[in-house]
Amino acid sequence: MTRGVGRWLYLVASFVVLAAAAPVPRSGYTDASPATRSMQDDDSANPAFLWVKQGETLWSTSQDGGKSCADCHGAPASMRGVVARYPAFDAARSRPVTLEQRINLCRTEHQAAEKLEQDSDSLLSLSALVGLQSRGMPVHVQQDGPMQPFHDDGARLYATQMGQLNLSCHQCHDGLAGQKLAGSLIPQGHANGYPLYRLEWQSMGSLYRRIRNCLTGVRATPFSPDAPELVAIEIYLAGRAQGLVVETPAVRP
Amino acid sequence: MVRVLINVPKTAHRGEIIEIKVLISHPMESGQRRNEMGQPIARDIIHSFRCTYNNEVVLEAEFFPAIAANPFLSFFAVAEDSGTIVFAFVDDHGTEQVERAAIIVE
Repeated sequence: MTRGVGRWLYLVASFVVLAAAAPVPRSGYTDASPATRSMQDDDSANPAFLWVKQGETLWSTSQDGGKSCADCHGAPASMRGVVARYPAFDAARSRPVTLEQRINLCRTEHQAAEKLEQDSDSLLSLSALVGLQSRGMPVHVQQDGPMQPFHDDGARLYATQMGQLNLSCHQCHDGLAGQKLAGSLIPQGHANGYPLYRLEWQSMGSLYRRIRNCLTGVRATPFSPDAPELVAIEIYLAGRAQGLVVETPAVRP
Repeated sequence: MVRVLINVPKTAHRGEIIEIKVLISHPMESGQRRNEMGQPIARDIIHSFRCTYNNEVVLEAEFFPAIAANPFLSFFAVAEDSGTIVFAFVDDHGTEQVERAAIIVE
């Protein structure tokens, strides 16, 4: 009898622990130092706005095909809400596309212009400008329906141990989040502020650059910039960040 | 030409202390790094900065290689008259760039 109650109590207790351990998404902003946070809070102190400013110039610059972004889309403000739901499923291509890929598709299909290179200043500028329009909106990327297989791929990759150090994203960013790695805090790894200005890079960078850094950190071969794996991870990360708001362009240490 | 973000209040009351914020897009290459071929990367920093308010110097600064990329300056001035605040800086190539901001004092 006593033993039965004990077992029952144990079950209840373990449920309570599980419920408590259910991760509440915590933005990297919350863990950043007050100095870094105040940089992000003040647009005139946030170095990412140098890129946003360049993005504004590019937005209204006519490309080789004669069209500028503004010719079709109007003011950048028309992009409000876009980054909050990207990567989004493209029915014509039967696959999801990221914001950067969408910008490049616009360039090649409608502007008769060259693709911009991943992590080039121009692409970072345009994606920062578009991202800024959704700042403060909740991250809401579709995970089900046609996106389901890509979400599942992302979830699998997130939990796959990689590299000579044999670590998965999950082990650090869920299991060890909040602890330290070489003196730096391990964040939960939410991608709600990209592209962002990283003080360590002294520059703007995309989510791709961040993931590449993590992969070389665990001594794995990074994915190529156009790998479908990166899109899948980005989708899964957005699903994980449900409950956070878009912070683009964020500042991180 | 490098990108510069200037934040100066458009209007101010006479005698008011205003905050001036300047963010300059610049690599501020220290000259102490080497490229992947092992050759030194030439120093390329903004070495002097000067801010004048109606031709009166508000801030004059010398920069050295330990300044981070994309330097940010924040300083204060007393708004006395309407006019122009001029920001001038020179980099290691000897290029001088001048930016202006207008202020109306009531």
